[in-house]
Amino acid sequence: MNDHNALSRRAALVGLTLLAACSRPSEPGAAPSAAPSAKVSRSVTIKGSDTMVILGQRWAEAYGASHPGASVQITGGGSGTGIAALTNGATDVCQSSRPMKPEEKAKVKAARNADAIETPVALDALAVYVHASNPIASLTLAQLAKIYVGETKKWSDLGGSDAPIILYGRENNSGTYGYFKEHVLANKDFASAVQTLAGTAAVASAVGSDKAGIGYGGIAYLAGVRAVPVRKDDASTPVAPSRETALDGSYPLARSLFFYTAGAPTGEAASFVAWVKGPEGQKVIDDVGYFPVPKR
Amino acid sequence: MDAEPTVHPLPLAVAPATARPRASLARRPRPLERLAEGLVRVTAYGAVAAVGAVLFFVLREAVPLFADAALALEVPAGSLFSPTAAADGAWQFVWQPVAEPPKLNLLPLLLGSLKVTLVALLVATPVAVMAALWVSEFAPARARQPVKIVVELLAGVPSVVVGVFALSVLASWVQRAAHTPHRLNALVAGLALSLAVAPLVFTVAEDALRAVPDSYRAAGRALGADRRHVALGIVLPAASPGILAGIALGAARALGETMIVLLASGNAAIFDTDLGLSTRTVTATIAQELGEVTVGSAHWHVLFVLGAMLVVVSLGVNVASDAAMRHMRRKLGTGS
Repeated sequence: MNDHNALSRRAALVGLTLLAACSRPSEPGAAPSAAPSAKVSRSVTIKGSDTMVILGQRWAEAYGASHPGASVQITGGGSGTGIAALTNGATDVCQSSRPMKPEEKAKVKAARNADAIETPVALDALAVYVHASNPIASLTLAQLAKIYVGETKKWSDLGGSDAPIILYGRENNSGTYGYFKEHVLANKDFASAVQTLAGTAAVASAVGSDKAGIGYGGIAYLAGVRAVPVRKDDASTPVAPSRETALDGSYPLARSLFFYTAGAPTGEAASFVAWVKGPEGQKVIDDVGYFPVPKR
Repeated sequence: MDAEPTVHPLPLAVAPATARPRASLARRPRPLERLAEGLVRVTAYGAVAAVGAVLFFVLREAVPLFADAALALEVPAGSLFSPTAAADGAWQFVWQPVAEPPKLNLLPLLLGSLKVTLVALLVATPVAVMAALWVSEFAPARARQPVKIVVELLAGVPSVVVGVFALSVLASWVQRAAHTPHRLNALVAGLALSLAVAPLVFTVAEDALRAVPDSYRAAGRALGADRRHVALGIVLPAASPGILAGIALGAARALGETMIVLLASGNAAIFDTDLGLSTRTVTATIAQELGEVTVGSAHWHVLFVLGAMLVVVSLGVNVASDAAMRHMRRKLGTGS
């Protein structure tokens, strides 16, 4: 009996270690991706940006309602994860909250023998969250950079309370992480003290319960936190993230959200992408809290 | 047991034997028995093979970091542990894999794992061992079974549930009580981990205490020792190798646990012994980063080096604790 126990315990531990060691290397359910014989399969798999997961789900629901028989499956994991999945053929469409890098496009081309096709589908304003009680009036991009590389350590240095600044951010596979690092930190390293949380909602909720906290993420996640107006530099006026300021380009942290496909989408995926760009799909964006792509 | 040294201690192995209550029914078709035995054997060897395969797979991806000339040049083995100079000239240990150049120092992660494991053990061990001692030596017979069942239920709570509890409730309590600089920190993660570790330590410790033969207790009582003396002075020392084995298994569980620390620690790779600061463990790092990393890059191989460390440590701890348990049983004359 005790030997059984020891055995099962050992098995459990081995299983645990196995889990820890191989947590996310493979893509389960990456069935040899939907055969391109369009008429047969009416399912579309979409994977990528955590910022876009909610948006994608709403699209999937609305699309499914008006296209009986079609099924659209959305999973998150981060833009990087989605791009990796597109490269190895595990997803039809990749959602990304940052543009693909040239070397990533080259990998898709090499692996799938088709160009990565970029489709801007929505506009997002990256908000800087603080606790609702934080009195700070605005932050310049330079101040934000200093905060996140760890040079500015106290709110009092910015005219706030005496508390130390508690930094929250995203995991390094997140498109939001990449965008912030590139556009705010000018590619400098984040401070070691940045707590990395899985998902924008987790960042917003952490800041919401931390009076000295600061975080960043999509504008759709403002419940319980305050979005600080951002200034491009000392000379410019503070701009709060909103639909107008994102659309007219005055908000410094506005970004496009993309779909990527390997080659032009075919079958149900093509129909879905076209629908998203159409009036019905763009209406959903409004409801979620992002902004439709400006018409050119 | 002596007559059949190859019988495996799995329930399936004894099933055919108990399935024939009368001698007249004893003649069962032999091929079926053979099939059953073969099946059991395959399962047992399969488990061994799985452990071997995991070890092989992890090591195969870890070794190139040291063996491959180009990778060794990009990330010298020493750079995984040696400090780099910060802008102000101070030494620092940095885990910043998505950077130019990537900084892949393992010490913040190893220290992070060590911190949460120590907290978990310091909290879980006294509680678990005392509970085991009570259940085995003092509890009235009718209380024993319910307590064991409840503890086993606690062990069965999914770690993600424990993690979310720590993230949303425990973290606020800890910050209010201890005024920690970070709301999510090593202390919160360690306390949450102790919920997962304590049932394991309890179960093994209780096994060890029950393995002490009643003749020891009877001898103690005969010499005039009261119940407390027998428990603390005779049974506990006699069972100590087994209890230590339980603590070691608890440590391996804490080191390997992923979901709880991922949710409750804040995951900032800070090289600091302060328990009130956010911390990033080896397991959480693998879980967060392996999904994104480019296959074959230095970062990828470093993550497997971390995985290999985990596998080797937990296998080592398991083997050692098993040996300790066996040693104790042999000494007490209750060994199998």
